[in-house]
Amino acid sequence: MKDAIRDKVAIVGAGCSQFGENWDKAPEDMIVEAAYEAYEDAGIDDPQARIEAVFCGALYPSRGSAEVAESLKLFDRPVSLVQNYCATGTDAFRYGVFSVACGLYDTVLVVGFDKPKDRGVSGPSAAQTGVRGLPMTPAGWFSLCAARYFETFGAGREDLARIAVKNHHNGTLAPKSMLKREITVDDVLKARIISWPFGLYDCAAQSDGAAAAILTRRELAGSFRDDPVLVRAVSIALAPNPQSDPDFDFLRWKPTIYAARQAYEQAGISKPFEEIDVAQVHDCFTLTELLSYEDLGFCEKGSAKEHIASGTFELKGELPVNTDGGLKTFGHPTGATGVRMIYENYKQLQGKADQRQVEGATVALSHNIGGAPQACGIAILATP
Amino acid sequence: MAGIASFAAYIPRWRLPLAAIAGGGREVREGGPEKAVAYFDEDSATMAVAAAVNCLAGFDRARVDGLLFASTTYPYKEKQGASLIAKALDLRRDLWTADLGGSLRAGTGALRAALDAVRAGSAANVLVVASDCRLGAPRSALERNFADGAAALLVSGEDVAAEAQASHAISDEVIDLWRTDDDPFVHSWEDRFVVERYQESLAQAVRGLLEKTGSRPADFARCAVYAPDARSHKRALGSLGFDPASGVQDALFGRLGNAGAAFSLLLFAAALEEASPGERLLLASYGDGADAFAFETGERILKLRDKRGVKWHLARRKPLLDYDKYLRTRNLQATEFDRREGGGVSATVHFRDRDEDVSFRGHRCRRCGTLQFPYQRVCYRCFAKDEFESVRLSDRTGKVMSYTFDYFAGSPDPPLIVSMIETEGGCRVQLQMTDADPKEVKLDLPVEFAFRKIHEAGGTPNYFWKCTPVR
Repeated sequence: MKDAIRDKVAIVGAGCSQFGENWDKAPEDMIVEAAYEAYEDAGIDDPQARIEAVFCGALYPSRGSAEVAESLKLFDRPVSLVQNYCATGTDAFRYGVFSVACGLYDTVLVVGFDKPKDRGVSGPSAAQTGVRGLPMTPAGWFSLCAARYFETFGAGREDLARIAVKNHHNGTLAPKSMLKREITVDDVLKARIISWPFGLYDCAAQSDGAAAAILTRRELAGSFRDDPVLVRAVSIALAPNPQSDPDFDFLRWKPTIYAARQAYEQAGISKPFEEIDVAQVHDCFTLTELLSYEDLGFCEKGSAKEHIASGTFELKGELPVNTDGGLKTFGHPTGATGVRMIYENYKQLQGKADQRQVEGATVALSHNIGGAPQACGIAILATP
Repeated sequence: MAGIASFAAYIPRWRLPLAAIAGGGREVREGGPEKAVAYFDEDSATMAVAAAVNCLAGFDRARVDGLLFASTTYPYKEKQGASLIAKALDLRRDLWTADLGGSLRAGTGALRAALDAVRAGSAANVLVVASDCRLGAPRSALERNFADGAAALLVSGEDVAAEAQASHAISDEVIDLWRTDDDPFVHSWEDRFVVERYQESLAQAVRGLLEKTGSRPADFARCAVYAPDARSHKRALGSLGFDPASGVQDALFGRLGNAGAAFSLLLFAAALEEASPGERLLLASYGDGADAFAFETGERILKLRDKRGVKWHLARRKPLLDYDKYLRTRNLQATEFDRREGGGVSATVHFRDRDEDVSFRGHRCRRCGTLQFPYQRVCYRCFAKDEFESVRLSDRTGKVMSYTFDYFAGSPDPPLIVSMIETEGGCRVQLQMTDADPKEVKLDLPVEFAFRKIHEAGGTPNYFWKCTPVR
């Protein structure tokens, strides 16, 4: 049944650590910061008694599930580690939602976290274990659509630059973002090229961070708070590696299209642009956000640049995207990002997004895509 | 009867002006003497593959039953080069492979062995490939003298274009140029000593050949002869009675350079590509002695005019005016991160993936016909399981579906051009592009494939294929 989980699960608490180059924080520090903010938000003062299961998302955890269990002293209960490239956080959330929807657990914690800065990024990338598919430059993977998309639809670096400018601006309004700096289109175009067409400002940086959410069944939500947020849909989809897919057209990312179809079916959404009020979209690179406008069905394939120019996706536009500044200003601790987006959407739907608030938002979407890219996760939240 | 059924060359595109090596702060311009140098992703093995591919164009590779690889600079001391090259060429496994090294005469030594094998009937079609990538110490006379390149000859008893008539070999125990296992650079004794030893052995070999065949220098329409430098080339041949003005193949100093074990065979290829039927050719090389061969061309020599030989390669050049860049590509300039660091590729992974990685073979689903790379068990399109047949991709052309210029991944010559290619037949492969300028990269650009060194992690060369623009 496509709607088996629709509106059955509620988020009753959420937390988010400061994102940034957290040199002086261990994973434990960030996990505790995010989880305890979520506990406080949910009114839980005895988490070790109340939390019945934990789903963690982390792509580079040094101690796996034990990282979270030890940090939060949550023992004698299931603690699972979930991984799915950049969709890790959303996928961990998805398992949390399932575990609550099936009735096995009343109160479940989801924690996404990662500390990529501990690995150091000043040298060449990871060990060369093979000879194919090199170099392993994510900016290169995500630029794959650029040449053909630009030529087919007459788009260019300027369109990408406007996305970076928008997100930088939004990030100045988000207390927990890493970067709080306005930039100009010119800054973006003049920056050194990482992997064409991406310059420095077209790329989100890696950062450290954690985010958490507390889930319960809808019928129990009232015992936590008056303004729970419902989970309307969560989807995950894998698509073929675009580097070997015989049917890849270099104009769209299939994982997003697949995951969006699933999520909209679960949610009963047929006109995403009209029915979604706010969206957090995976802007690992500016082009990823641009393609996502289309691949999520917000606008026709090829029309993104018109909307970028007219401000459709800006904070005051018809469908604000990346209201907290996205990966661009938060950075991308891979496991945390999906949950950080859910945190922002949760705050938006409760009317607690301060200067970032999208007026009257009742339906919010979050989107992550990663790997080659091959994996996409989407979550749709709604007010009851 | 045995002789040359096909031949080809490979000369890298980069040309380093000798003036760039001299240094001294002078501005380096094109137009003066230059030498061919391998790109950062090339070495003796990759150049050998390129020359062999050119040589085997139009020939059924399944008929090759021997491959002899001659080089003084193959990276491994233990791990055969001929078997690697054979795999890159996608040859059959029941094949006689051997490496010859240790001397600049290795190329003609391989040729002699191949001719003898074919005559004796122990092999039918033997590919002889000579390739060298020698290093002289930075800014030395040897560095100015040496060049990188490869030549390939297909030795056979059938479809012979130039029949081998006779050969004569002279051995000499002499340490005039040398390099031990621990030396990155070749050493040399005094120039005049080197030249005298060269002249003496060469003269003995050539005179011995003339005597054996009852011929005189004037009987030879062309001669391709190794020499350490242009002047000694002219003088050695002059003193043997060969007229430098007619028939002597230009030794190409100042355009190619001394290509080591490949040098004499490259000059031979240069002579063959101009030869007409009914000409006698002299081939001679030097290194710890000398080899001399007499050949006679037949009608079939005209059929080989379209081979990618010396002329074809010399016309395709890219000036390298930056001497530092040359040093970096040879790991001769210390950098913060050594390209050879790291654990390297697992031998089991290399073994399992060698059809894809070394032979560049893809797979066609027998049910729906879709070409796929790399190896799959289940078809991307029709989901048929285990209904694949293996297909060679290396000799196809392709076109660029998309590309990026990667300035982030380390490279001695940034940016790395990374492209998504669709081969003839529709197979999608992600490949780096080499020997190309970002300015010439565009959608649908036609490309062909080249066997190159992808990285040196673990201190060993790790090979795969790249694409290059069709020229």
